[in-house]
Amino acid sequence: MSQLIKLQAGVPGLVEADAWQLVRLPAGEAEVKKQAGKVVQFRLTGAETASAGQIDATEVPAGPVLLPLSVFLARRDALADRLAAREIGVWLETHELVETLAEAQPDLSVFPVIGVHIERFADGRAYSAAALLRTRFGFTGELRAFGDVLRDQLFFLRRVGFDAFLVRADRNAAEAIASFNDFSEPYQGSTVIEAPLWRRHAR
Amino acid sequence: MYTYDEYDQRLVDERVAQFRDQTRRYLAGELSEDEFKPLRLQNGLYIQRYAPMLRVAVPYGLLNSRQVRKIAHVARTWDKGYAHVSTRQNFQYNWPELKNVPDILAELAGVQMHAIQTSGNCIRNITTDAFAGIAPDEVVDPRPLAEILRQWSTFHPEFALLPRKFKFAVNGCRSDRAVVQLHDIGLEFYRDAAGALLIKVWVGGGMGRTPILGEVIEEALPWQHVITYCSAILRVYNRWGRRDNLFKARIKILVKALGIEEFRRQVEAEWAHLKDGPHTVTQAEFDRVSGHFTKPAYEDLPAADAAFEAHLAADRGFANWVRRNVHAHRQPGYRAVTLSLKVTGVAPGDITDAQLDTVADLADRYSFGELRTTHEQNLVLSDVKLGELFALWQEARAAGLATPNIGLITDIICCPGGSFCDLANAKSIPIAESIQRQFDDLDYQHDIGEIEINISGCMNSCGHHHVGHIGILGVDKNDSEWYQVSLGGKQGNDASLGEVIGPSFAADEVAGVIQRLIDVYLDHREPEEPFIDTVRRIGAAPFKERVYADRQPLRKKVEA
Ligand code: SF4
Repeated sequence: MSQLIKLQAGVPGLVEADAWQLVRLPAGEAEVKKQAGKVVQFRLTGAETASAGQIDATEVPAGPVLLPLSVFLARRDALADRLAAREIGVWLETHELVETLAEAQPDLSVFPVIGVHIERFADGRAYSAAALLRTRFGFTGELRAFGDVLRDQLFFLRRVGFDAFLVRADRNAAEAIASFNDFSEPYQGSTVIEAPLWRRHAR
Repeated sequence: MYTYDEYDQRLVDERVAQFRDQTRRYLAGELSEDEFKPLRLQNGLYIQRYAPMLRVAVPYGLLNSRQVRKIAHVARTWDKGYAHVSTRQNFQYNWPELKNVPDILAELAGVQMHAIQTSGNCIRNITTDAFAGIAPDEVVDPRPLAEILRQWSTFHPEFALLPRKFKFAVNGCRSDRAVVQLHDIGLEFYRDAAGALLIKVWVGGGMGRTPILGEVIEEALPWQHVITYCSAILRVYNRWGRRDNLFKARIKILVKALGIEEFRRQVEAEWAHLKDGPHTVTQAEFDRVSGHFTKPAYEDLPAADAAFEAHLAADRGFANWVRRNVHAHRQPGYRAVTLSLKVTGVAPGDITDAQLDTVADLADRYSFGELRTTHEQNLVLSDVKLGELFALWQEARAAGLATPNIGLITDIICCPGGSFCDLANAKSIPIAESIQRQFDDLDYQHDIGEIEINISGCMNSCGHHHVGHIGILGVDKNDSEWYQVSLGGKQGNDASLGEVIGPSFAADEVAGVIQRLIDVYLDHREPEEPFIDTVRRIGAAPFKERVYADRQPLRKKVEA
């Protein structure tokens, strides 16, 4: 099972009880793209994620749920009460646009949690998504990375604004926590520390 | 030379510790091959044909003698006694063992060196003119802003996993010696009529499979905004650059797909949010960084030196060397000197540990202990007194570092190619050698004059063949090594990309082909006209004609 690391007052620690259930789309008849004979599952930035059939077939259980963006957008009216009860979070695929969410729901503070699915750890788009959620759209709730979340990216994920990390199931999250301390004073500012080093310290 | 403060040093030390642990976990099987790959690449470590290759950063090409001695020490201790200067002004080792790399990095950290972001899909080492700060035609010393950019780009959390590698070049001269138009971002610093420092920003240039000159995205960016503006470019690229196809992932493809107008619109929309933010560079920060650069304690010297003039008149070998390897300097009585790493029979850019130690000594005694690497794969002693050139020449010559061929036909730019590189289609070093042998006669070389030959072992174009006056590219045809020749490339303000002259050649034919190209040039040139100007004036046709005149039957024979 994946273990969850959360920053609490800036300190990363393992969290045993996590109420949020991750809701995924049912497998669809996604078109198969091939390149050099290999199947490419990759989706370009802004590409469609789910068919109407997939969205309709998605079951939303009771209790706090993290919904795929497409499902939230399609059913937001029906979910209004649960949203008000702070039971609804959304998650974005790596290729989905933060702007799509922010246009539909300008006040992101209704979500206790927003997730970003890291499809492949080497795909850096999630980092810009997090930075935008925090700095452009002012999201202050929990920002959770899940999927291909690995120890050696934790330092960077934290710096762009993630504060919850569901480490890939086959990896030891307790050991991974050490990597949050890889560097003590980064040169440039980002989301969490905004100012560059030369504005933070007299050099 | 930029000198570290405690923060710079701590980051480099922490990097060594981080990589030591990553290597340990990889060797223990806790990290998969795929997971370790970007980690090692961002520390300059490739897995090559015979052994890993380690690329050590030389930010904008500046080195001191202590660092050169350390490079020599590493070559002696963990490699086969030599190192290689790359076309991105870095040093490369071809034979280190993975398990030793953390120790090598720890040694390098001791002299303020590292291998951070010398490879991988991140912002790479920033390159500039090897004559920065000393060139008489310099308008702005590009190095403080290059260092400010280096710090901003080092371990940038948002831009550590880009679609593809990302290269910056900066230039502060009237003549562009940094090839800014062939980089993902090229920055040209200049001053307007009122003396304000502005930046002309090029984007989307690059070599590789689809060579293309960059386009101007911004004509006059006030320097204070350099980081916020580049951040906007990087963010648009990080979000929208293609990641589905390795060959279409560079920013040049995005710029081309959107068109420069639309790309600019997106960058400006993003920049509107970042502009005037905390990364706006202040004059105080600029001055602080400038202050971390050592300043040579120049003496007040007369512009001329009688003993130098006498040696020049008396010694033809010295005069040849001065003509080719000694360069003008903004400080009266000083010169910059190129130590040639282009000796026939030695791979271009290679230098032995003993030579490195000699170079360090020469730098200490003749050039304030400092030197530079050039993207043409040579070394430069930046601040040598006119009156000491003769003594320096004698010592450099004894060490095999004074070949008077800078800018001549044997000063070939050449990637490691199939001799070392795993990606190669063909070997490049033996081709360079065959050309050097063909034109070994020095008088002949001087007669031919300025010409740039660039060789790459594959489309990745590390040898920058697209901008060679003559470019040679290794191609693979039915599993054998062939070479495609192009003509008319040029770096500089009037940069152009070479055009392939026709069907490719076998390895043993290449030197003969180059000979024919040179013959055509010698037949057609006007007095004092360099090779590239003749090519531009008469076009490629006469060259093609001569090269392929008798080839039809030969080609049939090869294919039969
Ligand atoms: S051009 Fe190709 S062969 Fe040469 S070093 Fe680069 S990747 Fe290797």
